[in-house]
Amino acid sequence: MAEPILALKNVTKHFGENTVLDDIDLSVHQGEVIVIVGPSGCGKSTLLRCVNALEPIQGGEIYLNDEKIDIKSKKLANLRQKIGMVFQSYELFPHLTVLENIVLAPTKVQKRKKEEVQQEALALLGRVGLLGKEGSYARQLSGGQKQRVAIVRALCMHPEILLFDEVTAALDPEMVREVLDVMLNLAAQGRTMIIVTHEMQFAKAVADRIIFLDGGKVLEDTKPEVFFEAPKTERARQFLSMFEFNVVKSQVEKVSS
Amino acid sequence: MGITIAILLGFICAMIQYYKVPILKRVVSVYIELSRNTPLLVQLFFIYYGLPKIGIQTNAEICGIAGLAFLGGSYMAEAFRSGLEAVDSIQTESALSLGMSNYQTMAYVVLPQAISVSIPAFMANIIFLMKETSVFSAISLMDLMFTAKDLIGLYYKTTESLFLLVVFYLIILLPISILGSLLERRLRHAGFGS
Ligand SMILES: Nc1ncnc2c1ncn2[C@@H]1O[C@H](COP(=O)(O)OP(=O)(O)O)[C@@H](O)[C@H]1O
Ligand SMILES: [Mg+2]
Repeated sequence: MAEPILALKNVTKHFGENTVLDDIDLSVHQGEVIVIVGPSGCGKSTLLRCVNALEPIQGGEIYLNDEKIDIKSKKLANLRQKIGMVFQSYELFPHLTVLENIVLAPTKVQKRKKEEVQQEALALLGRVGLLGKEGSYARQLSGGQKQRVAIVRALCMHPEILLFDEVTAALDPEMVREVLDVMLNLAAQGRTMIIVTHEMQFAKAVADRIIFLDGGKVLEDTKPEVFFEAPKTERARQFLSMFEFNVVKSQVEKVSS
Repeated sequence: MGITIAILLGFICAMIQYYKVPILKRVVSVYIELSRNTPLLVQLFFIYYGLPKIGIQTNAEICGIAGLAFLGGSYMAEAFRSGLEAVDSIQTESALSLGMSNYQTMAYVVLPQAISVSIPAFMANIIFLMKETSVFSAISLMDLMFTAKDLIGLYYKTTESLFLLVVFYLIILLPISILGSLLERRLRHAGFGS
C-alpha cells in the first residue's frame, strides 16, 4: 500500500490528570474518507485539534506525508495550510464579507493573485449553491449557508486533507442536508477527509472506514458495513443502540403487552 | 500629543497582556493599577519631582504630556484589552488552521474585531483625557507645582510624603477598583454568551 497522507503514531494527550487520547494509531491514505464516531467527550474533537496542532500532544507523533506536525515547528503554518478544518460553529470572520473570508488566507498566506483566488472562490460558491452571497456578511446568512462558506474557505487553500468536526451539529434539521450533500460531493471527488459526526446514515453512506473512539482509544477501525451490522465490541453495540429506535419500540411493546 | 502616546502605550500594554509576555505582563498590571488608582495630580507631582531626582530633566510641558500619557495609557490599555477579550479564541484557531501566522491572525482577524468592540470605551477615554488636560492647563502647570512645593515644604520629606500620598489613595481606591472588576466579571457571566 502507498504511504499514508496522515499518520498518527502512539498519540497520547492529557488535560492535566485526564487522559483524553490514549495511544492512538491511525493512518489515512489518499482519497480515503474516515468517519470518527463515539460518545460525547470521548476525544473526537481533541483528536482533530491535535492533527492541526491546535493542542499539543504529550506522547507519540503525527506526520503529514513525511513531515512531523509539531506545535513548536517553524513550518507549522505551512503544514496547516495543507490541512483544512471546518468547525461546528463555522467561525467565519464576522467583519469580512463571504468573499473576503474566502480570499483572505490564499492571498495573505499563499500570496496568490487576488483576481485568480476570487474567481476560484466564486466558482466554488457556485458549486455549493451560494452564488450571489459573496458580498454578504456572516450575520446575514443561515447556519447552513455559513457552514457551506466555511467549507469553501477551507477548500480554497487547496488542502490535502479536510477535517470536519460535527459541522452539522449546530444546524436546524432542514439545513443539515444541504451541508451533508456538499460533503458527499467532496467525497465523490476523491477528497481525503476525516469527519466527526453523529449523523449515522450519513456516516454509513460516506465512510470508507469507521473509527469508533471511546475512552480515548480506538476500539474499532473497520468498514462501515462491518461496524454498523456486526460491531466487534460491546461498547460499540451500546453506542449504536442509542440510534436505534426500533429497539426502544420493541421494549415498549414488551412492557405494554 | 499626550493622548497619542497614551493610545500607543495602551496598545503596547494590551498586547503584552494578551500574549502573556512573562515578567513584562507583571510590570504592566502593576502600572495599570498604579495609574488608574492615583489621581492625575499626584502622578504629575511624581513626574515633576521624581524624574529630576533620578537624573531626568523635565519642564512643565513634557511633564504634562508624560502625565497624560501615563494616566491615559492604562485606560487605553483596558479599552484594548476588553476588545481583545471579546474575540473568541476559536476565531484565532480558525485563522491559524488556515495557515495564518500569529501576526497575520492578529492583524487580519483579531484586531479588526477587537477595535470595533473597543471603540465606545476608546472614545469615552479620549473625552475623559481631554477634560483632564483642560483642568491642568486652566490652573497652569507652574502654579500647580508651586502649590505642591509649599505643601511639601510643610512636610519636609518630599519623597516620603508623596509616597504616602500615593499609598493613601491606593488604599482608598484599590478596593473600589477590585469591586468594580468583580462586578464586571459577574456581568460578563450573566448575559453575553453568544
Ligand atoms: N481545553 C480543555 N481543557 C481540559 N479538558 C478538555 C479540554 N478540551 C477537552 N477536554 C476534555 O477532553 C475530553 C474530550 O473532549 P472532546 O475531544 O471535546 O470530546 P468529543 O469531541 O468527543 O465530544 C472531555 O473529557 C473534555 O472534558
Ligand atoms: Mg466534539
